[in-house]
Amino acid sequence: MIAPSHLQRLEAEAIFILREVVATCENPVLLYSVGKDSAVLLHLAMKAFSPGKPPFPLLHVDTTWKFQEMIAFRDQTAARLGLDLIVHINQDGVKAGINPIASGSRIHTDVMKTQGLKQALDMHGFDAAFGGARRDEEKTRAKERVFSLRSADHRWDPKNQRPEPWSLFNTAKKAGESFRVFPLSNWTEADVWDYIALESIPVVPLYFAAPRPVVRRGDAWIMRDDERLPLQPGEVVETRMVRFRTLGCYPLTGAIESGATTLTDIIAEMRASQSSERQGRVIDHDGSGSMEQKKQEGYF
Amino acid sequence: MSALKARQRAAEAPLPGNGPANDDGLQTRSLLRFITCGSVDDGKSTLIGRILYETGAVFEDQLGALKRDSRKFGTQGDKVDFALLVDGLAAEREQGITIDVAYRYFSTPRRSFIVADTPGHEQYTRNMATGASTADLAVILVDARLGLLSQTLRHSFIVSLVGVRHVVVAVNKMDLVGYDQGVFERICAAYRSAVAGLGFTQIRFVPISARDGDNVTSASASMGWYQGAPLLEHLETVAIEAGNAAHPGAVLPVQWVNRPNSSFRGYSGNLARGHLAIGDAVAVLPSGRTSRVARILTPAGDAGHAAAGQALTVTIADEIDISRGDVLVAVAHRPPVRRQLAARLLWTGEAPLALGGSYALKLASSQAHVVVRTLHHGIDVATLAQVPVTGLAMNDIGLATIDLDRPLAVLPFAESTELGGFILIDRISHETVAFGFIAEDDPEPAETGARSESGFAALRSKLRRHAGSPGSARRAAVAGLGLGQAAASLLIGGLVYGLTGSLPMALLVAASDLVLRPVLLGGAWTAAHATWRRRQARNRSLAENVLGDGI
Repeated sequence: MIAPSHLQRLEAEAIFILREVVATCENPVLLYSVGKDSAVLLHLAMKAFSPGKPPFPLLHVDTTWKFQEMIAFRDQTAARLGLDLIVHINQDGVKAGINPIASGSRIHTDVMKTQGLKQALDMHGFDAAFGGARRDEEKTRAKERVFSLRSADHRWDPKNQRPEPWSLFNTAKKAGESFRVFPLSNWTEADVWDYIALESIPVVPLYFAAPRPVVRRGDAWIMRDDERLPLQPGEVVETRMVRFRTLGCYPLTGAIESGATTLTDIIAEMRASQSSERQGRVIDHDGSGSMEQKKQEGYF
Repeated sequence: MSALKARQRAAEAPLPGNGPANDDGLQTRSLLRFITCGSVDDGKSTLIGRILYETGAVFEDQLGALKRDSRKFGTQGDKVDFALLVDGLAAEREQGITIDVAYRYFSTPRRSFIVADTPGHEQYTRNMATGASTADLAVILVDARLGLLSQTLRHSFIVSLVGVRHVVVAVNKMDLVGYDQGVFERICAAYRSAVAGLGFTQIRFVPISARDGDNVTSASASMGWYQGAPLLEHLETVAIEAGNAAHPGAVLPVQWVNRPNSSFRGYSGNLARGHLAIGDAVAVLPSGRTSRVARILTPAGDAGHAAAGQALTVTIADEIDISRGDVLVAVAHRPPVRRQLAARLLWTGEAPLALGGSYALKLASSQAHVVVRTLHHGIDVATLAQVPVTGLAMNDIGLATIDLDRPLAVLPFAESTELGGFILIDRISHETVAFGFIAEDDPEPAETGARSESGFAALRSKLRRHAGSPGSARRAAVAGLGLGQAAASLLIGGLVYGLTGSLPMALLVAASDLVLRPVLLGGAWTAAHATWRRRQARNRSLAENVLGDGI
């Protein structure tokens, strides 16, 4: 008898969590952010409810500043799998002219992402939202439960989390309260890529190196995905072989120079890397406790 | 590049495992989950931080942030404070203590590891128990200067309570006792005798200095007298017993009923024990109805066979009513079905246990409403002694009897985490108020689907049930009945003597009456009682099958 591999154990755990939510919550939704973690989460959801389809829709909170390739891939994926896709844009934010360049990363993320997410959850009355977050991404995430209870106004109380022994998840909640649920809690970045390769899961082409128009800003290469990115004095758009380890709003997401054009290349590059995947995320670097604060305010 | 191209690339890519560094065995590399525990300032977080750093799980940008934070919050002077790598909450960083369990991940060429870094303070025992509940092994830190503390024993007891069988005692801060072998040896001897009754199958001792790295990932130059493996090497090589698949008899708690259309009805859940194959005879508990496995769907598609740990959807040959909370089991190995449990409770609620109060119980996928009827004794975790208690406050542990409002399939926790571990939930606040561990010595099983007890054990438990416990009203009643019976037999003997004048004859009749009457009456009583209970249980299970699963 062969013991299950590390990935098989993670897969079984994630499927268990997906099913537990569907069995105990009224109106779940899968937060589909189009990245590699969402791709794995969606793939696991397809397996968990086979031969049926996942009994919940996908929700994408569109900040209007995502890479164009992400939006195209998102629509193709929903169509290919035959799933309902809800796209929500915070229209108040759009009317107020919020954008990552003039408003700054903090306000843009709060209004278009965090507030947008809360609007969408409230509008549809979702009482459980799956997210692809992993505990290895960030110190605050490492402390969060698989079933993360949020108050009626979506706040997270890190000091008052329910204990979660074994795989016994306390799914009781009061009216108005909801769960953020993280089936990939125990996966690492390496696990995600190994699983994508093993299961041949399609991912956004932005993860693979290609010649792309970029400008140098601080330590990062920022891709000029459309004309809205104003060039600062002295900045020149260059074409470089770059790829992305993580995907967000394009003006806030740094690319890395890379020749990795296949999954094998990506996995090799990741294992040799000396920096974490969230290094390219501008919003993480507003102080060491900033993720905890964002989560308390309702960020995923 | 289109999504299609990406997919083609993914399809063309060779299976992982060919990459350089760190991963030449995706398919074979095993997983070890362990927990670290110790008292405040034992250096747990420092130890984890160092292991993460030395196995390359800390990246340059994280190290840069760590150096900045060390200057701001650090407790190690000019040195990098590795504790700040894992203390992720603002309150933890400000107070310099670990409050909540943090999970960290690293791997070596031999193994992948998931570490639960857990708080030492008594106030956060429930967080420690959470981290320990999924661990294969516990690393218990002891400060070489202080030796064993009551905390050390408490942590050891809690990890044993939640089922951990392998322990590594890391005697830390050896640099502060001059790397003295005598200090180390005294701590080893004291620990061995202190935990003798806790059922650990393996205890290892390693003298370390987490701050300087001695015997953490590589051997210490300062402690040549230590011949054993450094801590990390031990973690990489320690053999953990075969898991749940080794048990005979499948146990599949039904988590969700999959009915995508009228032609498919599947039962989804993770196989908790044993193996399952197409054609296997299965019983549905608690109803006891039987059928055969028709199809097994695994994450990799249809399969003829599945083993414990796999996420499955199965279909069965007959149309039987099965819903979430039922358990599919091998017909030949049915766990008992009970309406009353004896269990240890680790109280995690803010409000203390209310004896006679009603809670929601969650065990595997089943839920029941329960009443904690009797609290037999508490356990003093500093001395492991049984102590009389009238209630349980947060972090207290005690043995209780719990009445269920419906029958559940269960096993002792020592045999099965899945069917032996449960949580209690407050029905108003929805707080998780207790972890429960079903005791070996259970109250009588309900009749439906129950495994029949056999031989001496059955006899002993029946005797105990009928006799009651010492000093109980039931025992007094039994004794009173016994006296009455003796008097009646004597009366019959006297009657026979009066009629026949034969003393031997009278004595024989009296003695026969004394011995045989309880047997005959007892037999009739037992048969009548069993029939009554069967009828009761059938009525109950009919009524309860229509109840929902919510709280």
